[in-house]
Order: sequence, then C-alpha cells, then structure tokens
Amino acid sequence: MPHKTFFWFFFPSGLAMLMFIGLPIISSFFQSLHIEPEQILMEVEKCDPFGCKTETKVDIEATNKLQEEQPLGRFNGLGTYGDRNHLAFDEIKEAWTNSSSIAEFTDILLNLPFYKALLFTLTFCFAVTPPVVVLGFIVALSVNTITKSLKGPTIFGVILPMIVTPLIGSLVLFWMIDAKGILGSFIQFLFDDPNLSLKSSSQLTWITLIIYGIWHNTPFAFVVFYAALQTVPQDPIEAAIIDGASRYERVRHIVIPHLYPVATFIILICLMDNFRVLEPIIGFAAEGVAQSLSWMIYNDLRSENKMLFGSAGATSMLTIIGVAILLTPVLIRTWREFRTER
Amino acid sequence: MKKLLIALLFTFVSTGVHAGGHSPCGVTDGSIKILANEFTTYRIFMDEVKSCAGPSADFSVTHSVDHNKLQVAALSANPAEFSAKLVTNGSITTLMNDNLIRPLDDLVAKYGSALQDNQKIVIDGKIYAIAFMANAQHLWYRESILNDLGIAVPSTYEEVIAAAEKIKASGKMANPYAGAFKSGWNLGQEFVNMYLGHGGDFFKAGTAEVSVNNANGVAALNMLKRLTEVSNPDFLTQDTNAVKEEWESGNVALMHIWNSGAASLLDDEGDQMIKADTRLAPSPSVGGGMKPATTLWWDGFGIATNTSDENAEASFRALLGAATSTEMANANPNATIWLIDGYSPGDTAGPVVDAANRGATPYPSLPYMSLLHGALSTELVEFLQGNESAEKALADVEAAYVAKATEQGFL
Repeated sequence: MPHKTFFWFFFPSGLAMLMFIGLPIISSFFQSLHIEPEQILMEVEKCDPFGCKTETKVDIEATNKLQEEQPLGRFNGLGTYGDRNHLAFDEIKEAWTNSSSIAEFTDILLNLPFYKALLFTLTFCFAVTPPVVVLGFIVALSVNTITKSLKGPTIFGVILPMIVTPLIGSLVLFWMIDAKGILGSFIQFLFDDPNLSLKSSSQLTWITLIIYGIWHNTPFAFVVFYAALQTVPQDPIEAAIIDGASRYERVRHIVIPHLYPVATFIILICLMDNFRVLEPIIGFAAEGVAQSLSWMIYNDLRSENKMLFGSAGATSMLTIIGVAILLTPVLIRTWREFRTER
Repeated sequence: MKKLLIALLFTFVSTGVHAGGHSPCGVTDGSIKILANEFTTYRIFMDEVKSCAGPSADFSVTHSVDHNKLQVAALSANPAEFSAKLVTNGSITTLMNDNLIRPLDDLVAKYGSALQDNQKIVIDGKIYAIAFMANAQHLWYRESILNDLGIAVPSTYEEVIAAAEKIKASGKMANPYAGAFKSGWNLGQEFVNMYLGHGGDFFKAGTAEVSVNNANGVAALNMLKRLTEVSNPDFLTQDTNAVKEEWESGNVALMHIWNSGAASLLDDEGDQMIKADTRLAPSPSVGGGMKPATTLWWDGFGIATNTSDENAEASFRALLGAATSTEMANANPNATIWLIDGYSPGDTAGPVVDAANRGATPYPSLPYMSLLHGALSTELVEFLQGNESAEKALADVEAAYVAKATEQGFL
C-alpha cells in the first residue's frame, strides 16, 4: 500500500485516538502533578437534632478563592507519584534499612497499597493469560471438527461468557459460590467441610477471581483461533495425512506454527486487558483482599470525599507504564519476526 | 442531649396549628430528582414524597447503597444530576466541604411552618438540611434462643461474645453473631462505633491530625476480631442488607444493626416465627466504658446548589411535605424514629433513646472524617483476616489517611 493511501486510510482513526485517548492521557498526566489547594478551616456553630455545638468546617469562600487562583490545584511535581499510596519511596527506603531479612522487607513492601495492588494485578495477568490461550486453542480445534449443523449453537454457547457483561457475570457467580449457593454448597459437600467458604480467605478469593478471568477471556481466544484455523492451508495437511502423520502430529507441526503469530496477538491483548482488571473485583465484593491498579483509580474517584484526581491520575500513568513494560517483550519479538519475514 | 431526646420523643403533642405558610404539596413546575440510600424506611419516605409531589410532577428517585460515593460527582456537575440528596450527619459534611448544597432559609420561611425547630440543621446560622428521622445501630436478639440457653440479654460486648460462644457450643447455630463488616464503608463504621465506645478520639483536638493508633484503637480492633470469629466466615462481604437476610433466614441470634432495620425485619413478609421472636436491645458498651459503642445519626435532605431555583423549590416542597407528614410517621411508627411533629414513637424507639441517654456521640461531622473513614474501610481487612497485627493495621490507617489528607489540602 502506498504511504499516502495508508495515511488517508489511517487518518480518521488516528485522529479519534489522539482526541479520545491521547489528549485525556496528557490531561491526566498534568492533573497527576497537582494536589488540591489548601483547605481553610473555620469554627462554626452547628445545630442538629442532638443539640448545638461548635465544630470545624471548611471555609468555602476562602477555599473557593484559592481554587479560582489555581484551578488545577497546587503544583506538587512528582510528589503524588512518590507518596505512600503510590510508589512510596520513603517507606521503601525505611523498610530497606530497618528490615533484617528479605522476607521482612517483602512483607512491608507488599503491605503498601500500590505494591499490594501490583502483586494481584500481575498474578491475575500471568495466571489467566496462559490457560486462556491453551483453552481457547483446544476449544477452537474441537469446534472446528464438529458437524456443520451443530457448529452454530456450539459457537454461541462457547462465546456466551464474553457476551455476558463482566459485572453481571461476576455477580451471578458471586451468588452461586455463596455458602448457600449451588456451587458453594456443592464445594462444601465435595470437601465435606460445612464451614468452607470461597469468600472468606484471600487465597480462595484470588483463585475464584482467576477462574472467573479464564472463563470470561477464553471465548476471545477461541474466536480469534477459530477464525485463524479457517486459513490453515489444506495442502500440507493432506500431504501429512498421506505421509501417515497422526492428528496430534498434524496439529503440532502444521497448525500450531501457522497460528503462532495469532497466539502472540492473543497474548498481547489478554495481558493488556487483564492488567486492567476491575469488574470482577467489584462483582465478587473482593475489594478487601484483592485490589488491582484499576481498582485503585476507581476508588480514588469514588471515595466519599472530594475525588482525588491527582492520585487517580498518578495511578493511571503508572498503569500505562506498567502495560508498556509488560508488552515490551512481546512487541520486540513481533518486531523481530516481522524483520526476518522481510 | 438527654433532655432533648426525651422532649423529642415523649412530649410531642401535635398542636395542629400550622398558621400561615404555603402548602408544600402538589408541585407542578420544575423537576424533582432525588439521590438516596437504599433501605425500607427511605422507600416509605420516598412514597410519601412522591404522593406529595402529585401526579403532574416530574419526579424520579435513585436509591443506591453507593449514594455516598456518587454524591460528590453527581452534585458537582452544573446542572447537577440530582436536585436533592438525602443526607445524614455523616454525608452532609462532604457536600458542605464543596459547597454542593444550598442554604434553605428562604424556602423554609415560605413553606416550612410545620417544621420542628430540631429538624432544621443549622450551620453557621443558615439552614442547610431538614432532618426527618433519627437512627442508631443497636443490638437485636432472638428471645427464644437466649431463653432456651438461659442467657441474659447482653449489655456489654464481652457478654455478647460469651452469649454467642454459648449458642455456638449448644449447636443451635454455627455463626450466631452478625454485623455489617463488608469491607468498605460498613467496616469503617464498625470500627468508628467500637473506637468511640472505648472512649477514643479520632483527631488531635482542633486539628486534622489523626490519632487512632493507641490503646483504644487496639482494644477496639481486638473486639471486632473476636466478634468476627463468631460471625459467618463471609463477614467481609456482608453489608446491612445481607445481615438482615441472614437474620430472616434464622441463621443469626445476635446482631448489631440499624434501628431503621425494623421497617423490613418486623413487617409482614418473611418468616413470621422469626419476626415474633425478634427483640431490640440497647447498644452494648465495651471495655468497661459507660458509653454504648454506637453513634447517633440523623437523616434528612439537602438541596443541590447546582440546580435551577425552580427545581430546587419543587424538590424542597415535595420533600418537605413528607418531612412534615404526621400521617406517614404515625402510619409507620416502627419504621424509624421520625422527628416529625405529632409523631408518637412506636415500641422500637427504645434503644436509640437509650443510646442518647447513655451519652452516645453523634457521628463526627468533621470535614476530614470521611477521609479517615475511607482509610479505615480498606486498611483493616488484613488484620481481621489474621494477617497483620492491630498496631500495624492502625499504623497503615494513619499513613493512608495522611497521604489522602495531604493531597486534599487538609494537612
């Protein structure tokens, strides 16, 4: 494709990306450098059904004046990035000098909100993505071999987990794994332990979330693999059959190499998606034990006080950096393959 | 305070004289959009608001248990998403901080002749909200179960635990106690109750500097831990509504939840055996203290700053109509403790009056309290799961608060 054609072809989506993704990212970055102006407090008399007393209140006029002078808030540089709720440099330095063993240091580190969230996010990413790719491939292979009349309904059944809204899907499962729900009581019966509850321990909650993640993401891998399977050339397969290759050998030596680039693509998208995991945490009411980076942003913007834009902006930036780091190896690999093919 | 509540509850004699003032009901202009918490008493109140607004009014109400999280974003927009918000002494502070609710003096002067003086929430000389009910968390118990095992009604948390352990040992119930321990606002509130019950102060007097990592804080946390040990293992996912379901399923014999829960627990739906067996008791004290470990709350409404005067007036009229409706209050005497003129309290009002008499404190309405409540909501979970010491959990709460309060400009 000539460069000019490509440019005009790409221009509309490029413009939309710049406006709706690029500019908001830049604006979040600027916001993350600022914190709220100082709150001026005053003592006033407050009367309610329980009586009158003197209490502290924000002096709205004085605070508004400050707000008007600095609409973005006070400039804080990278201060928000380094505070306890984000990268926590001071706390880490202190922990490093004061802790006697690596284990103690790790404990302190993983107790800090950002690193706690990062640990869950990465665990989720790396526990969900490989099974999704493998399962998606197996399901695609199986569906590809069944008779035509059954294909339609089967495909619908298989992609159902992806069609169901994540929040609804997780809520349905949340109720099913309740101690009195159908899955919850079955698991109790299975392990013969009437007090077993999937919601009560962090480990079991993490496992539940990961299984949900696999269930929800597999259809995506299936759809892509299934489409790619239709492009597998028939000639080498027929040749392999004549040579007496078994079904396994055909898949191993012809189909898998052919689908390799597709698998890379699926891994890329899955890692990116799972790094931003949020809905299942809300749906499973797992905020207490499993927090992700996206959940931190959500929590900053939905806290009961004024929205913490600076904090949310900083976490967003760190998430973007995280995604970039995560995807680098895959991207480098793709780039190399691209170069050698040329 | 004692005098006030006694006056409030027992000397109300409806004077019936509402001389002057316009009648608030029958709204025809402006639209009424209300954001409110989700529980049965509010539903009763909203039905009255709707009928006061009349059939020709443009009326809608959004009930959400996440109302506190929605309110700032929803009322900051101009025009605001909602014209009115049901507030409490906990949530009004956040709205006041950002000037999101407007003074109501002129509207009260025009329509509010039927209001009691103590319904007016006056801050710095201006009325910012109209209260219509009082609420508090207190103990609930199953009489037959306690009687069967010869357990006296617990008056301290130490006795609550002893009673729960006895019920557990008897094999009647596996997890006899329930409280709203859901990680988030509910869990924070449990700590607030218990900490105040131990006589703690959240902040160094007159400043936004937090101080919860002390003996009172540790004692409060340890007590919460012991309570969770006699609760359903899923306690971190159970909010008040989930606890009420546990109660109605007969899984629980002791619980500490809101007085307004009576509206759904004592109605005609559900297992009538359990209903007949349900008793209300005063909130227990803790750690040898005199004060009950609970907080006093009022519920009322505020009108958005960022809405047109027309919508503000329409919303005010409809809400005021309900907030002065003696008929609604007396038709639902047990739904809550109404602050409405002419209301004769039902037999469920006792525990709240008792809490006030024994010196329970109202929930602190300080501008930075919600930041601390937020920090409590997330940082106590690991302690309750046994992964962290109480001191460490409280140190985390303080650190999380400091980071947030610094960003907000309070420190």
